[in-house]
Amino acid sequence: MTKRLFVKGNEAVAMGALEAGCRYYFGYPITPQSDIPEYISREMPKLGGQFIQAESEVASINMLLGASASGARAMTSSSSPGISLKQEGISYMAGSECPGLIVNICRSGPGLGGIDASQADYFQSVKGGGHGGYHIIVLAPDSVQEMYDMAMLAFDLSDRYRVPAMILADAVIGQMKEGLTPHSYVAPDDLEVKDWALIGDGKAGEQKVVKSLYLGDGELEAHNNHLHAKYAVMQVKEVRYEGVELDDAELVVTAYGSTARIAKTAVRLAREQGMKVGLLRPITLFPFPKAAFKEHTSAGQKVLCFELNNGQMVEDVRLSVPRTDVSFYGRAPGAGSLPTPEEFLDQIRTHYEA
Amino acid sequence: MTTTEMKKVFSRPDSLKDVQTHYCPGCQHGTIHRLVADALDYFGIKDQTIGVASVGCSVFLYGYFDIDVIEAPHGRAPAVATGAKRVHPNRPVFTYQGDGDLAAIGTSEIIHTANRGEKLTVIFVNNTTYGMTGGQMAPTSLPGQKTSTSPEGRDVNTDGYPIRMAELLSGLEGTAYSVRVAVDTPKHVLQAGKAIRKAFKTQLDGQGFAFVEVLATCPTNWGMDPLKANERIAEEMIPCFPLGVYKDATE
Ligand SMILES: Cc1ncc(C[n+]2csc(CCOP(=O)(O)OP(=O)(O)O)c2C)c(N)n1
Ligand code: SF4
Repeated sequence: MTKRLFVKGNEAVAMGALEAGCRYYFGYPITPQSDIPEYISREMPKLGGQFIQAESEVASINMLLGASASGARAMTSSSSPGISLKQEGISYMAGSECPGLIVNICRSGPGLGGIDASQADYFQSVKGGGHGGYHIIVLAPDSVQEMYDMAMLAFDLSDRYRVPAMILADAVIGQMKEGLTPHSYVAPDDLEVKDWALIGDGKAGEQKVVKSLYLGDGELEAHNNHLHAKYAVMQVKEVRYEGVELDDAELVVTAYGSTARIAKTAVRLAREQGMKVGLLRPITLFPFPKAAFKEHTSAGQKVLCFELNNGQMVEDVRLSVPRTDVSFYGRAPGAGSLPTPEEFLDQIRTHYEA
Repeated sequence: MTTTEMKKVFSRPDSLKDVQTHYCPGCQHGTIHRLVADALDYFGIKDQTIGVASVGCSVFLYGYFDIDVIEAPHGRAPAVATGAKRVHPNRPVFTYQGDGDLAAIGTSEIIHTANRGEKLTVIFVNNTTYGMTGGQMAPTSLPGQKTSTSPEGRDVNTDGYPIRMAELLSGLEGTAYSVRVAVDTPKHVLQAGKAIRKAFKTQLDGQGFAFVEVLATCPTNWGMDPLKANERIAEEMIPCFPLGVYKDATE
């Protein structure tokens, strides 16, 4: 599998998921992610898997819950309004510790909003989204290759921690075509048999229950503490980010996903003009790379955060490095056009020289 | 009848645990559990079966049935069951849902699950009220029925009419079996037991979606003693929800 392909990000994430052994997909059409169900409806039957176009996003996330509780690798995909509908199910999955992949090709809102690229669902993704004070794993690919790779990573992390995983991208990453080098999936050694799930392992008399209701004295508090202990472990072990020219940087630019692509170009242009600027691109939005921000601002560096929204991730940056000078530049969802590298470069210059 | 057979009738089914339920005196959830357990015992499928619990008084299904259980969000049991059944096509999967769960918040899921012809068994307990939350009006509440949210009685002009789910689902191609039963008399209990057994057989034979609506009491929220509540089934409920087989495409 070393052939180089030229595919859309949406197709890449679907290919990666199938390669990772996902055999159950449940979804409902919505732009700009419909290439995902279209691809999977075509390819899944060849693999002996199941594709269901559900009656709603509500139904599809609950089918995912059922498949996950039954021990399978399974996924759903949607875009912002549909992801809002899935939040109830995601909360139940989090509560009953059901792994699974949710792809969000985010579009602009609020409400029906528009179909253009947006990062306005950052809060919804990393802060829980549904009720009950939980987290899910959130990965932010910035290329077609990463869409493929992260589908695999998402399943591995999700299974390892029994925490649902989301791939958060937008129309830029989902719709653009780029080179992709597919590779075989190799399961990590530490992934265990899902003996918590209803896998039908034939141990008669051993009842298995997948649930999120805890009414016994102190049970729910203990359950919540258990969930948060897992998040704390992930914070230590599973943070991923990309650093570009951070070693001598005096200004640390940060951005994720599609915006990071533009920021990367802007950082290169700034370097060409002699500015000591680097890029810190969070790849895991949850767990957030707090320690990386601490490390790369420990000598008094400033931070400039770019987002395709009115300022969301910047709040997590500020929480990570409360004594650091953190600035924000963003474009509201629905701006119609994407910011240009030159636009970001102007911002970099202003903050670099300030 | 021999004595051994008589013993069998009164012993606890294997599929039920030897525990006290939390159901109110005179509540028929217990009877219906028993009939479902009898069917699981009859087919010898206890160890393979997956139950999907709904949100309502029967949410603790796993506490009473000695089977694998997934707890679904309110109304979503048919979707959760669909996911489970697609992963384990050879394991029997059933949902157990109340009328608030199935006929109000979960109407979309039940209709489309039936319409896809999912090979599932659905046990639908119609007690004309929201039991767990304290007796609010349900989509199945009878015209004029006083509930905690229809203190003057259900007004069909503003609240609509009772939904007849067994009839409604029988109109769908994917439904193989749709029936309404009651458990208010010994005869009805026997009929209900047979219907539930057939609904599992329909699934085991891969014939499609099987639906059993069971009329049941909620003495607590009806404000009646168990006997009066049981009488209400014949006096008020059956006239509005006639018993019978609405669809049988299994033959
Ligand atoms: C999304 C959501 N809405 C509302 C509730 C509250 N709730 C719990 S049980 C229930 C209705 C139960 O009635 P029914 O389904 O008829 O079952 P019964 O208790 O009568 O057996 C409701 C509304 C909930 N748990 N979740
Ligand atoms: S409230 Fe009604 S449905 Fe619930 S256990 Fe009591 S009698 Fe049964």
